[in-house]
Amino acid sequence: MHIRYDDRFGLYGLMAEFESPEALLSATQRAYAEGYRRMDAYTPFPVDGLAEALGSRWTLASPMILAGGIAGALGGYLLMWWITVIAYPLNVAGRPLYSWTAYIVPTFEMTVLLASFAAVFGVVIGLNGLPEPYHPVFNVPRFSLASQDRFFLCIEARDPRFHLDRTRQFLQDLGPVEVSEVEK
Amino acid sequence: MAEEKHSKTLTELTPLPPTIDPGPEEVLGPGHNYDTVTAKISNIVFLPLKRTPWQLAAVFVGAFALVNMFMVAVAWLFIQGVGVWGINIPVAWGFAIVNFVWWIGIGHAGTLISAILLLLKQDWRTSINRFAEAMTLFAVAQAGMFPILHLGRPWLAYWLLPYPASMWVWPQPRSPLVWDVFAVSTYATVSLLFWYTGLIPDLASMRDRAIKPWAQKIYAILSFGWRNSARHWQRYQMAYLCLGGLATPLVLSVHTTVSFDFAVSMLPGWHTTIFPPYFVAGAIYSGFAMVLTLIIPFRKWFHMEDLVTMRHIEACAKLMLGTGLIVAYGYSMEAFISYYSGNTYERFMYLNRMFGPYAITYWLLLTCNIFLPQLLWIRSIRLNVTAVWILSLVVQTGMWLERFVIVITSLHRDFLPSSWGMYYPTKWDIMTLLGTIGFFLLLMVLFIRTLPAISIFEEREEVHRKVAHAH
Repeated sequence: MHIRYDDRFGLYGLMAEFESPEALLSATQRAYAEGYRRMDAYTPFPVDGLAEALGSRWTLASPMILAGGIAGALGGYLLMWWITVIAYPLNVAGRPLYSWTAYIVPTFEMTVLLASFAAVFGVVIGLNGLPEPYHPVFNVPRFSLASQDRFFLCIEARDPRFHLDRTRQFLQDLGPVEVSEVEK
Repeated sequence: MAEEKHSKTLTELTPLPPTIDPGPEEVLGPGHNYDTVTAKISNIVFLPLKRTPWQLAAVFVGAFALVNMFMVAVAWLFIQGVGVWGINIPVAWGFAIVNFVWWIGIGHAGTLISAILLLLKQDWRTSINRFAEAMTLFAVAQAGMFPILHLGRPWLAYWLLPYPASMWVWPQPRSPLVWDVFAVSTYATVSLLFWYTGLIPDLASMRDRAIKPWAQKIYAILSFGWRNSARHWQRYQMAYLCLGGLATPLVLSVHTTVSFDFAVSMLPGWHTTIFPPYFVAGAIYSGFAMVLTLIIPFRKWFHMEDLVTMRHIEACAKLMLGTGLIVAYGYSMEAFISYYSGNTYERFMYLNRMFGPYAITYWLLLTCNIFLPQLLWIRSIRLNVTAVWILSLVVQTGMWLERFVIVITSLHRDFLPSSWGMYYPTKWDIMTLLGTIGFFLLLMVLFIRTLPAISIFEEREEVHRKVAHAH
């Protein structure tokens, strides 16, 4: 039977601080090999291969942006068609109402616009669960360095393999600057 | 612990120490690590108000005065109508459209640097992309005002948008002016999104470095609670790359669409197929000139020579030279086709441009845009910051004259000599133009002192790349 540390002790997890992205990356790989899954790493800039080392191989990002683009293209084209053919048919020297060449620019712009909305509001904000004003990791005093020059690995208490003493020992063995408890 | 760190870096870095420019080969000065780049860039903002370089304060004061002049000019325009400007028939498109095209062209370099150079993995993009994106945003804001001011009844500007009006009247999508509404509004929106997305991680850095509680709160809210999670970074990078991929065709489409405003008409001097590529090249040309105009004083006043190095200046100068040559090709093709078409009106239009009443603007345009920038072939001139700065101003003047020549000389003498006329700008025209320059500079100054003007997290990546290379 697992002991759920997150419920019993108000503990979010254990956080280890590293000095270089390479040290963090190898620590993450070892933690994954150890069987930890509920964990996250925090770095002052994107580190290649880190998300994959955490087990996140696939994201919904590209399908979402593609869907935004398709919606924009269809929406833009149909809007132009609807205006010129249905809502406000205007006879200009007998030219056809369905004048698709004139729809190209608005259709293209709508494609880019909605795909960009999907990228920003769907992916950067939506999928990342932002805005998130409060998060337990901010309770670690040195965590403000995650946006400057330090690299953090946090194994969360809700991980089934989490055990306060054993996980702490495991993190200590990875050679961090320090290991601290993250309060909820 | 964290507080200790802040106070240390702040005392170390104010007053700003002299810095070493590593020369035209390096994008980053020596001795930088993750912490020093973060401190150096964020301290531009955290610098106490009293320590603001006096030159920046002077620009602020001058720009603020120009903004006030702009408000007077616009107020008079709203009271009296567009008759206060020099426009009439036949030249109904005066300064408003010249300035609109000029400003939107300037905006193009920002997206080019951010998006196209991102896709091409150019390392020198990093130090100047944020700056250029801000420039884009503020230039598009100036551009967007002109068509609306030119409307005559600017309070009805929303009629340009497709919305269910009570009279069930819709915009006419067969008109390039309606395409322009879509292109420019999309461009402004996507530029804003791109810029802000790039800012989010840096706003988190600012939050973590700010000392005053209210500053911490503001940056925390603006950063959406970004916590630098690796899973977030993964999605962030994917989204950012996609935005780059979307913005690349967008930037090309916007000035293409602006050129359609002219090219789709039947007027000699406007009705040419070369307009889209030559407008885009001209836009990038003036945009790079504006980047240089702004970044050269910025790096000097804030001692950023180790982050914005001669490598950046030289690369921008080279791109200016390259796009300038495309523009030169556009001019010569325009002249050649006018002759080669055998069309009387086309030939007359070009002769009138060269030797008519506005000939001085044409020859000045060639001097500013074609002849003088050829000096950039010489490496010692490219590496001379003052010379490059002066040439950047020359190019911007030239690009403004180009739009003046295209708009005015094509309109003022069309097919029928009885309808010919002259166009002279009034003082209200000039006040509006100078006013937008002031507004633009004011926004840039405020941006430099409130938000990180150089992308901090990308600069840290640059440090990492350098360290990884050294191993």
